[in-house]
Amino acid sequence: MAETAIKVENVSKLYKLGYVGSGTFRDDVKYFFDKLRGKRNEAELIAETNDREHKGNSEYVWALKDINFEVKRGEIWGVIGKNGAGKSTLLKILSKITSPTEGSVKYRGRIASLLEVGTGFHGELTGRENIYLNGAVLGMTKSEIKSKFDEIVDFAGVERYVDTPVKRYSSGMTVRLGFAVAAHLEPEILIVDEVLSVGDAEFQKKAIGKMQDISAGGGRTVLFVSHNMASVRKLCSKGLLMRNGKIAMIDDIERVVDNYLSSEAKQIFKQEWELKNAPGNDFVKVKKVEVKAANNHTLENFDVKTPLEISIEFYNNYAVSDKVYASLHFYSQEGLCLFDIGSEIKSMKNGIVKSTLHLPANFLNDGSYFINFNILDASGPKLLFSLNECLAFDITDARHDDLGYFAKWQGVIRPTFLSFTTEQV
Amino acid sequence: MPDTNEWTEVISPKTSLLDLKLAELWKYRDLIVIFARRDIIASYKQTILGPLWFFIQPIITSLLFTVVFGNIAQISTEGINPFLFFLASQICWSYFSSSLNGNANIFVNNAGIFGKVYFPRLAAPIATTLSNFFRLIIQLALFLAIYLYFYFIKKDVSIQPNWHLILVPYLLLLMTFLGLGLGIIVSSLTTKYRDFSNLMVFGVTLLMYASAVIYPVSFLPEKYQYYIRFNPIASVMESFRYAFFGQGTFNIADLIYSTIFAVIVFFAGLIVFNRIEKNFMDTV
Repeated sequence: MAETAIKVENVSKLYKLGYVGSGTFRDDVKYFFDKLRGKRNEAELIAETNDREHKGNSEYVWALKDINFEVKRGEIWGVIGKNGAGKSTLLKILSKITSPTEGSVKYRGRIASLLEVGTGFHGELTGRENIYLNGAVLGMTKSEIKSKFDEIVDFAGVERYVDTPVKRYSSGMTVRLGFAVAAHLEPEILIVDEVLSVGDAEFQKKAIGKMQDISAGGGRTVLFVSHNMASVRKLCSKGLLMRNGKIAMIDDIERVVDNYLSSEAKQIFKQEWELKNAPGNDFVKVKKVEVKAANNHTLENFDVKTPLEISIEFYNNYAVSDKVYASLHFYSQEGLCLFDIGSEIKSMKNGIVKSTLHLPANFLNDGSYFINFNILDASGPKLLFSLNECLAFDITDARHDDLGYFAKWQGVIRPTFLSFTTEQV
Repeated sequence: MPDTNEWTEVISPKTSLLDLKLAELWKYRDLIVIFARRDIIASYKQTILGPLWFFIQPIITSLLFTVVFGNIAQISTEGINPFLFFLASQICWSYFSSSLNGNANIFVNNAGIFGKVYFPRLAAPIATTLSNFFRLIIQLALFLAIYLYFYFIKKDVSIQPNWHLILVPYLLLLMTFLGLGLGIIVSSLTTKYRDFSNLMVFGVTLLMYASAVIYPVSFLPEKYQYYIRFNPIASVMESFRYAFFGQGTFNIADLIYSTIFAVIVFFAGLIVFNRIEKNFMDTV
């Protein structure tokens, strides 16, 4: 077993909400005298958990509360969670930008954090001068930078502009230069925030490739924070899910991402509107959208063996009423469109029209899905109205207990109608 | 497997008051030099005169002082050539004031970097002081050239260099401690209460009038001569000029007072800085 690279023990972080003003000065003075008398800070006693969506009563909030985990050397962890779940605060504590209110963090080896690319760049200085400046800010010595200077310039692809002030660079060039410096750091532990969300697609590919090299080659430990589930899945082996300042889950990355996606998504099984406030326009108005189990109409926990019926009812006021049809876009939680299917085009009169999609059992894999509906004129085809993310639901796993396989079943769909034969030849 | 070897570092909420992590700071010495270089280079980038500005600023200011305070206000310079008097005062004072101003904004100006990457925070004020020191050395060389010209070529009898000249490095050290210490204290307070940055805008100018920069102490009425001794900067200014010109007063007791004051301010600054730097990102 590899040795522990980072050990986080009971880390908590207290924040004060609101503005700093004369009131806080009074608090500071009071706090100082309380401390002299050996009283526990009142703020810590009344602080509430970090839940951005509910208005609390206390001015103090635990941005992090009782965080414990251990990262082994060479592991790549993905840290995920909603905005405000405490990911950035955790990263700031690990990077020594701010200190914990309670608890401790221990680590082995040189640590470097990349919360931003090009930190400390000075617009008036040239690319060359900024490479030295940025490298030194990230903890490299002058001689280290010197020995890697050509590589850095090469990686960034800015050779022609190396003696031009950085303020004349395009934003893409600045990012490339910044990442190039950071990529040539050689820390044992690397902490990366969503720096990859900048730059063009080609550069992102290059950056992800470089990060994989870093961890694969040198047995380095990487902590990666991102909202991009695809890149987290690609890069990381383990995942840490944060929720309201606490650790919600630590497990294999696949499970953690799935848990995150399903837990953070709201399920919508049915929506129905009165005619006067129905979504739509002069041509069509949506009356009702619904997803239900085909065999049991009250069931709201679908598993992979549940056949589903997804339907839309709408008021058809369109002049050429016989050409109206609905199309359904079926999305996975990550935003990948699984399929796009149009309803039967039948000669319909003005009035209420219902289109229903019958989804067989044993077709989709477990996961979270959402539905977009479009209503179109088939002669164009011309889009009359669209209703996005109007239904959302989870499909849970179900398998034979005697299968003996418990890991996450791979794939977006899990069809059983395919035949995969075995014979002796 | 038990964790046998030592942790490289432990991050915890509390540290001792004066844990300056000097070893770590030494590892980052290249950063300090690069920061100082950045400050110096960036100040004359995209200018025609470039580094010449280091000379122009004290000369123009001293000429202006000569006209306004010497010729118009008729402030006595104790027989010393007014231009030389103001040049010496100006160089010594601007070293202190730019160090104070630079360090007073250290947290707010560097919030961008401090919020994104860790390095020993003390590197920033040290670099600021270093770049100011570099400017001082250049300006001091200019002053010496003019001074020697007046002494040897123009045979100015009012200039009486004396053994106190050996104290000049010590006086500049006091100014360093005062500028750095006071600056850090102000900047630490500024992270939470911006009131202090408003105070600094005019406070430094007011301090100049109270620090025997544009007049010798002897110019003051008796009563004020007593009060000005409480200002630790005034005695440094007075001693600095005394060493070069041999005019004015040199009072060892006042200098000891300044020394004690400077040392207290310096260490108080370090302690405050050490406390603030860990969490200032939460309040800045």
